[in-house]
Amino acid sequence: MPQAIISVENLTKTYANGFQALKGINLEIAEGEILALLGPNGAGKTTLISIICGIVTPSGGRVLAGGHDVVRDFRETRALIGLVPQELTTDQFETVWNTVSFSRGLHGKAPNPAHIEKVLRALSLWDKKDFMLRQLSGGMKRRVLIAKALSHEPRVLFLDEPTAGVDVNLRKDMWQVVNRLRESGVTIILTTHYIEEAEEIADRVGVIDGGRLLLVEDKVTLMKKLGSKQLILELAAPIATVPPALAAFNLRLEKEGTALVYDYDGHDQTDRIAPLLQALSGAGIAFRDLSTRQNSLEDIFVSLIGEKA
Amino acid sequence: MNWQAMKSIYVFEMARTRRTLLQSVVSPVLSTSLYFIVFGSAIGSRIQNIEGVSYGSFITPGLIMLSLLTLCISNGSFGIYFPKFTGTIYELLSSPVSMPEILFGYVGAAASKGLLVGVIILLTAHAFVDVRIEHPLMMVTFFVLTAVTFSLLGFIIGIWATNFEQLSLIPSLVIPPLTFLGGCFYSINMLPPLWQTVSHFNPVLYLVSGFRWSFYGISDVNPWISLVIIVVFLLACLGLVKWMFRTGYRLKS
Repeated sequence: MPQAIISVENLTKTYANGFQALKGINLEIAEGEILALLGPNGAGKTTLISIICGIVTPSGGRVLAGGHDVVRDFRETRALIGLVPQELTTDQFETVWNTVSFSRGLHGKAPNPAHIEKVLRALSLWDKKDFMLRQLSGGMKRRVLIAKALSHEPRVLFLDEPTAGVDVNLRKDMWQVVNRLRESGVTIILTTHYIEEAEEIADRVGVIDGGRLLLVEDKVTLMKKLGSKQLILELAAPIATVPPALAAFNLRLEKEGTALVYDYDGHDQTDRIAPLLQALSGAGIAFRDLSTRQNSLEDIFVSLIGEKA
Repeated sequence: MNWQAMKSIYVFEMARTRRTLLQSVVSPVLSTSLYFIVFGSAIGSRIQNIEGVSYGSFITPGLIMLSLLTLCISNGSFGIYFPKFTGTIYELLSSPVSMPEILFGYVGAAASKGLLVGVIILLTAHAFVDVRIEHPLMMVTFFVLTAVTFSLLGFIIGIWATNFEQLSLIPSLVIPPLTFLGGCFYSINMLPPLWQTVSHFNPVLYLVSGFRWSFYGISDVNPWISLVIIVVFLLACLGLVKWMFRTGYRLKS
């Protein structure tokens, strides 16, 4: 793995009310990658991000960003990081231009109208630059929050549930921006509970639940694992055993002999279905329906969360 | 030091004053003019001079203090409370800005606004009554120290407050009695002895008295004691705010 830009070591967080939000997280995030953190509500995703960004104080463990400790060397680490929060928190009475410029200033960067213009144009906000935030729709406000996070040219961008309540157009725009940022070398960490989103854009996927990181895996490896498919044949009449003629297919008999299940690798290009169907009719087995099922991230996710529960 | 961030916060806060010009500048000037018309001209003309100073002139320093305290507290508290209320505080906390820099930005802006209005009131007063400043250096010292101290107090209230009710609790219920009973409109020598003693426990008395001394050379208490009291109050506020920052009190979990 290339140089880690974010490195989380044994991170724990217990809130004042006794709630243990993080129970020892270890995570390395490589420079330039897109990492998706999946998990149900209350899993600890936002707490993890908040600690890395400096909004929440860790109870134990440490986080390094660009080699610096996020608590001790907060000036170095926070200058590297841009954060798009989950909630649409905006200064209602400010204009888009002012609020985005303000963010740049807060991060200690000299004014650069050309950069702000570039960011606003990329997010289709340029014609709204003089609008007050309260005049904007929810989706537009989300864009403004992204623009604020990009105003100071961060090397790492955190997107906390960026697509919550966002329409198709914005989602498309957002992934375009994310792709462009990745091309320019920016590391992106996003949290989501939409699995398709993680499948669509992430390089690696992490699953968090109950304050623990249950899995972090390269998406391709994960998808390979997930690639297994099943063909389910609903039989016209129940059978007691799988006929020996079909032994080569390793079929399983289910639902009291009324269904045959065939497991196969979906990524394998060889045609196996036609021979199976031929063999079936050869063995005189008639079926009234057939369906296929593919393991998805969702299945893994549900099984991971389920195992724990 | 992240100068750029301090400047950004300061400019951002000052910009709000421009947007709310009516509320932040016009309204205090109007209310002060009303005080001068009612107390200075109408009633004041029937009141004898106090230690050789006409009543209208006598109340000028007190009126400036009255507005300065109220404005600095409300500006200081609102500036930091509002981001907490809307949630935009996330940005301050995730920026490479230290707590003292945040403090400089917000308290600096609140104090500047207070001083600006103070100067405007002084000029307004000048239009109605005779105003002279005998000790300009001390006048500026009292003026600036009070503005900074009470903006800091406002900042503390803004961090402490968890709703709008609490935000206005101290400015509306504690500050008015303290200012009105702190000798803004009278010399405490006019009070019965018991109330003179009680008044000495009111910190605002020392501010008003010291400030008035820098104008006319007359005071209810020794001006140096006034100066010490305000410096002690400033240090107490700084100590409290330092503790708040260290513990992340109501800012950071």
